[in-house]
Amino acid sequence: MSLEVDIQKELGDFHLKSTFTIDKGIVGLLGASGSGKSMTLKCIAGIEKPSRGRIVLDGVTLFDSERHINLPPQKRKVGYLFQSYALFPHMTVRKNILCGLHAVKDRAERTARLNEALHCFQLEDVAEHRPSELSGGQAQRTALARILVNRPKLLMLDEPFSALDSHLRLQLQIELKERLSEYGCAVLMVTHSREEAYHMCGAITILDDGRLGPIRKTKELFADPGSFTAARMTGCKNIARAIKMGEYEVEVPEWNVRFMTKNAVRDDLKGVAFRAHYLNARTAANRFPVRYVGEMEEPFEWILLFRYAGQNPESPPVWWRMPKDARPQHFPEMLGLAPVNLFLLYDDS
Amino acid sequence: MDWFPLWNSLRIALISTILIFFAGIFAAYYIAKAPRAVKGILDAILTLPLVLPPTVVGYLLLRILGPRRVVGRWFLKMFALRLTMTWWSAIFSTAVVIFPLMYRTARGAFEAFDRTLSDAGKTLGLSNVYIFWRIRMPCCRQGILAGTVLAFARALGEYGATSMIAGYTPGKTATISTTVYQLWRTNDDAGAFRWVMVNLAISAVVLLVVNMLEGRQKRRGKG
Repeated sequence: MSLEVDIQKELGDFHLKSTFTIDKGIVGLLGASGSGKSMTLKCIAGIEKPSRGRIVLDGVTLFDSERHINLPPQKRKVGYLFQSYALFPHMTVRKNILCGLHAVKDRAERTARLNEALHCFQLEDVAEHRPSELSGGQAQRTALARILVNRPKLLMLDEPFSALDSHLRLQLQIELKERLSEYGCAVLMVTHSREEAYHMCGAITILDDGRLGPIRKTKELFADPGSFTAARMTGCKNIARAIKMGEYEVEVPEWNVRFMTKNAVRDDLKGVAFRAHYLNARTAANRFPVRYVGEMEEPFEWILLFRYAGQNPESPPVWWRMPKDARPQHFPEMLGLAPVNLFLLYDDS
Repeated sequence: MDWFPLWNSLRIALISTILIFFAGIFAAYYIAKAPRAVKGILDAILTLPLVLPPTVVGYLLLRILGPRRVVGRWFLKMFALRLTMTWWSAIFSTAVVIFPLMYRTARGAFEAFDRTLSDAGKTLGLSNVYIFWRIRMPCCRQGILAGTVLAFARALGEYGATSMIAGYTPGKTATISTTVYQLWRTNDDAGAFRWVMVNLAISAVVLLVVNMLEGRQKRRGKG
């Protein structure tokens, strides 16, 4: 299984440029709302037509603007789980799933596959219910069953958890991940939530304002975002422009500090970033005087806001995040940052 | 009492409603998908009969279908068929007058239809014909049903254009509404009143049926 996408789509002022190849596992498309994530999925499904480019799935050309190929969605063998699940409201769960079995002409086989799906997805008890009577989890399972009985080569999930209550989300993420690994087809999942992407996806690509970044392993991406967009999307709170000063030294003019780095700095350095919980009063490295400016309380954590002694007054305060019981009694005068925790940011490509 | 006007009104209304049911739905479906400029122009043209006085519609129809006009003359020559002054001439006038009612309610229903449902159907491999009749239509049935009933009720009451194109010939082209007018005009007040009551009864039954259908649908929707 492999999917090659190289498309462009113009929609008014918005330009989408998507180029990527995936072969297996769950790949996440992480981006803010309005960044063109759903549009990318719709182009692959054939619901929207790209302005130009090429989409190839398992050697079958789904779309090619130069060769004037544009397969209708019905022939693409691409499953699409909509954000709202798009269950047909006037049909029962059973009939909804039967819609996915429309191509199976043999009645016995159709019934067998329907019953298997109802069983696998634990929908036997609600088979005669309508979508309006289902819980969020049941609705998601119905939608997924309806798609998977059709045996798509590629499954696309569009914000699959956004319609659910937050306490259900994590549970369903675990459940869905298990099902998808059993089913074993390639999955492309769109989300704006870094937690969801982290839980579900083996690899992630970040979409920013219509431009798609490289596909990277999830763990590596979070451990070293490498670009401003990736740092932001993976939840880095402290991001600033920086200049290379030496092989292992950078200056951050905004904060008026010089950091030592663990990795050698490239000449094209654009900035640095670090996560809010990596700061430490006892770390000797990259230790600078700080001034407390405010705080925010979260259910299980404190966020303390501070400024470096020489920090530009225009620039926003720096975040320091810690578990509730780790909050120091007095705000320290100096804070340090281990060089290994300082991310070096380069251009987005 | 001669029941011909009742029978004649019912068959005219029924046939024109059936014709307009399909015509209105297909016009609504394709115009809802059309580019904006085309949509605006077609929409205005198709809605025109709703705002024009029925006599103007009747006049325009006579200009086209009359025995000395383009279409009318052609039919007369080819099939020796006169398009006006027969009972079924009223189908032309009624259909034109009720078309906007069907078209506009159907279009409203289609525009409110959740597009992701038809997109989902496509990605599941369902044909466009299946999606239209088995998903889009059932989801829009409330609006379409309302439009159909409204069109039927209006068809039963159509007077202006019908009287111009089909005239009033007792036992041939008389409908309830033209009969009421004739009887009243000839000072047969009791006769006019009887037909008024008949008309009221039919309209009341139609509206009751709509309410019943809607109630049943709501209950079914909730299970």
